[in-house]
Amino acid sequence: MSETQRIALTVNGVRHEKDVEPRLLLADFLRETLGLTGTHLGCEHGVCGACTVLLNGDSVRSCLTFAAQLDGAEIETVESLGRVDQLNDLQQAFREHGALQCGFCTPGMLMTSIDLLNKYPLASDAEIREGLSGNLCRCTGYQHIVDALRAVVKARNGGAT
Amino acid sequence: MSDARPKLIGARVQRVEDPRFLAGVGRFTDDIKVAGLLHVAFRRSDEAHARIVSIDTDEAASKPGVVAVVTAQDIEDLVTPVRVESRMKNYNGTTNPVLAADKVRYVGEPVVAVIAESRYLAEDAAELVMIEFDTLGDVTDPEAAIEPGAPLLHEDNATNLIAERAFERGAVDEAFKNAAYSVGGCFRFRRKSPCAIENRTYLAEYDQGKRSLTLHATTQVPGLIRDTLAETLDMPGHKVRVVAPDVGGGFGGKASYYAEEVLVCALARKLGRPVKWTSDRMEDLVSTSQGFDEIVEAELALDSEGRFLALRADVTGDVGAYSIYPWTATVEPVQVVSFLPGPYRLANYRGRVRAVATAKTPLGPYRGVGRPISTFVMERLVDMAARKLDVDPAELRARNLVNEDEFPYKAGSGLIWDRSGFQECLAAARSSIGYDELRREQAAARAAGRWFGIGIASYAELTGIGSRIAAAPGMPINTGTETATVRIDSTGSVTATFGIASHGQGMETSLAQVVAEELGVRVEDVEVVHGDSDGQAHGTGTYASRSAVLAGGAATVSARAVREHVIEAASHLLEAAAADIEVAGGTISVVGTDRRMSFRELARAVYSEVGRLPREVRETIELEATKMYDPFFGTTTSSTHITVVEIDPETYGVEFRRYVVAEDCGRIINPLIVDGQVHGGVAQGIGAALFEEVVHDETGQVLTASFVDYVVPSAAEIPNVGVIHLETARPDNIGGFRGMGEGGTIGAPAAIANAVSDALAPLGIEITELPVTPERLFRLIEQARKNIEKTEA
Repeated sequence: MSETQRIALTVNGVRHEKDVEPRLLLADFLRETLGLTGTHLGCEHGVCGACTVLLNGDSVRSCLTFAAQLDGAEIETVESLGRVDQLNDLQQAFREHGALQCGFCTPGMLMTSIDLLNKYPLASDAEIREGLSGNLCRCTGYQHIVDALRAVVKARNGGAT
Repeated sequence: MSDARPKLIGARVQRVEDPRFLAGVGRFTDDIKVAGLLHVAFRRSDEAHARIVSIDTDEAASKPGVVAVVTAQDIEDLVTPVRVESRMKNYNGTTNPVLAADKVRYVGEPVVAVIAESRYLAEDAAELVMIEFDTLGDVTDPEAAIEPGAPLLHEDNATNLIAERAFERGAVDEAFKNAAYSVGGCFRFRRKSPCAIENRTYLAEYDQGKRSLTLHATTQVPGLIRDTLAETLDMPGHKVRVVAPDVGGGFGGKASYYAEEVLVCALARKLGRPVKWTSDRMEDLVSTSQGFDEIVEAELALDSEGRFLALRADVTGDVGAYSIYPWTATVEPVQVVSFLPGPYRLANYRGRVRAVATAKTPLGPYRGVGRPISTFVMERLVDMAARKLDVDPAELRARNLVNEDEFPYKAGSGLIWDRSGFQECLAAARSSIGYDELRREQAAARAAGRWFGIGIASYAELTGIGSRIAAAPGMPINTGTETATVRIDSTGSVTATFGIASHGQGMETSLAQVVAEELGVRVEDVEVVHGDSDGQAHGTGTYASRSAVLAGGAATVSARAVREHVIEAASHLLEAAAADIEVAGGTISVVGTDRRMSFRELARAVYSEVGRLPREVRETIELEATKMYDPFFGTTTSSTHITVVEIDPETYGVEFRRYVVAEDCGRIINPLIVDGQVHGGVAQGIGAALFEEVVHDETGQVLTASFVDYVVPSAAEIPNVGVIHLETARPDNIGGFRGMGEGGTIGAPAAIANAVSDALAPLGIEITELPVTPERLFRLIEQARKNIEKTEA
């Protein structure tokens, strides 16, 4: 077995110090080591985007990121968003617009959406679709996800599109 | 009953399931934590067809953390392989091993299982297993595989032909002889992978004290898997429980019985520890059942007025290495022949189908099953005929679709269509998209040299199939019934328990809507239990667009039965005639008075407050009912898709300008869910039409074992889809629902193939093969240009 390495990082505002194998993926660190199973694995080769989390505010694939790289990092996962009885505006928009069906890709969609909403104006549906193109959803055909993001953009702009 | 009662069926109710998924606290199989868990990794065959000469597991077994390394020999006494039989004539079954014993029959077939303390260690050790293969002859081309002397996959069958069937009605050849026109072609629809985003995962726990087994599984069919495991593990059914927790999509890929599923069970029982296997995507793309994959030669005859006279077709289905359980290898290709005549009046039909075994991943049900191909072929023939007759394709369809006064209509393959909006869907799609204006727009685009096309596809499907018809012909199980239990417990809470297994369809919401409306409570008052084989004595799960019809019907009859008892009890407790009792929104009241009680109060009075009801009354009150529902035949869902595409002359990519779907799915339970099902179905149909293809080389090696090579469309490739709901006439099944989970995938490939052909009509191109990838389009266009140059020269 490989030697372990000590990392100290913050996940959803909670500081953790752990010894990890150099090959341990961030996704497995979150799911297995910390028990945060909201982050899902769909392909384990960086295409489907289900495992997307925020690393220092930027969306990353947790299936392509090693935990050992993350000493000092801040990670946010779906568990950092609103809880079941207190969904935030993005989560609520997903619900109102039917932007999820099986729910498996949803955590990655939400984390990618947060990154998009923070960085881009998302002025057109084409821009939203382009931004979401690294996240595969097999259930919804994406239309309701685009609708949900459009609604959030509008609301955050004070109702203007 | 008061008209003020809010209608829950038909309401755009937000889904009960959503908050847990949005907050990241859903519970999928791979999320389940149990103490002492062992992990399985498979060493799979990297040869398509080969004899296993030797397997050396010593090095793998010696690695730290490895608990066991298991081959076919080691599990001989633990599991009985399933023999997949059918009542169909001319069928040759297969025996499907759990681990390959003497030979392998496809790349990806499991050969050795390594069980270790972690998934990382199991995968490491699996790499160290040494398998020596002796390559056998290639069996990859289905047409070559049935030539005399072809290498045999299953020697004891003495043929690679798994099944053969023919339908014939009318005087087909004579009709062709007398026809004014005929069109035909050889069509190819390539193999797909269902690609649920959640990979298959199985976790088995064995309770040694109770000698009982619990399998947590990513399955659409927990009851069916329980029934099968009881046989293959030789255990009584009440000692086997199969639970499908939250399941991340299925699309048919999680609807069959899998080797990995029974293996984790056998290992958990043998090792006395819980055992889990979690697939990765590469494994999924070679081991989950695949879809479609047919060659269809077909010909349509018409009279001088463009009326369809006759259809003849010959279908060869490439069904892969094994007949899949329980559906058998006939599930996909036989449906192609059954549905080929489409929603049209067609007196004369002959269809033949052959299902051929090849050294590829077994074929199984995939969203639409058979009908995406039958619709592709029939709708292409209709457009080819329209071009030949110089009739507008919408007009040609209108002339031939079954009319309102002709239902029930018996199709050439023997299927019976009940009243459904065949003509109405076409008319609604035409008017919604502004068809006539689009044709003018197209003329202008064409004049400007643009490749701009309009494609139509009309189809009908049989949904909510009852016991009269098998979901797959000749298969060994009954899929025509579902049972629901509706129960009011002593706190007044309502629980509705089903044998279906929702995995994205939102049945926790839609079935709660049905129960709530029929019983007279609020949606949030109903807890829907599903996806657990312990829920019902018999229930086969969620597939084939059946759950709204069958479980919705069972929910309705069960809830109505309980409501009768609620009213009876309340009439005593509120001292009013039963006819004056109203139950709505969770409150039971006497019409025109202020006398009322809650379900909680009623339940307390019935169950706990002894003496509130006279003994002879109390003995008749049952606040629980279990009812089975069987729609017997099933219901007809119909639809027309119209799409407008433009082909990029630089990239040869197909870009969508418009997409509309008009569909008749009967009474809608929840429009939010129905719209989502149509959108998602169309997206998969677009994938099937333009991007997705499982590619094997001539030796059977898989060239598409990642999401880089097997292209699932993203948001950037999928257009907005306009959905028009029609409810022409309520079908006579209880509840009046029609199934609609698959239709999007059935209509889209045909509509797109027609639109692309229409765009390229100036070059004389007819699309006969899907997916029509940019590379295929490039080749077709280059060839057409060469042909035109040659003709001009």
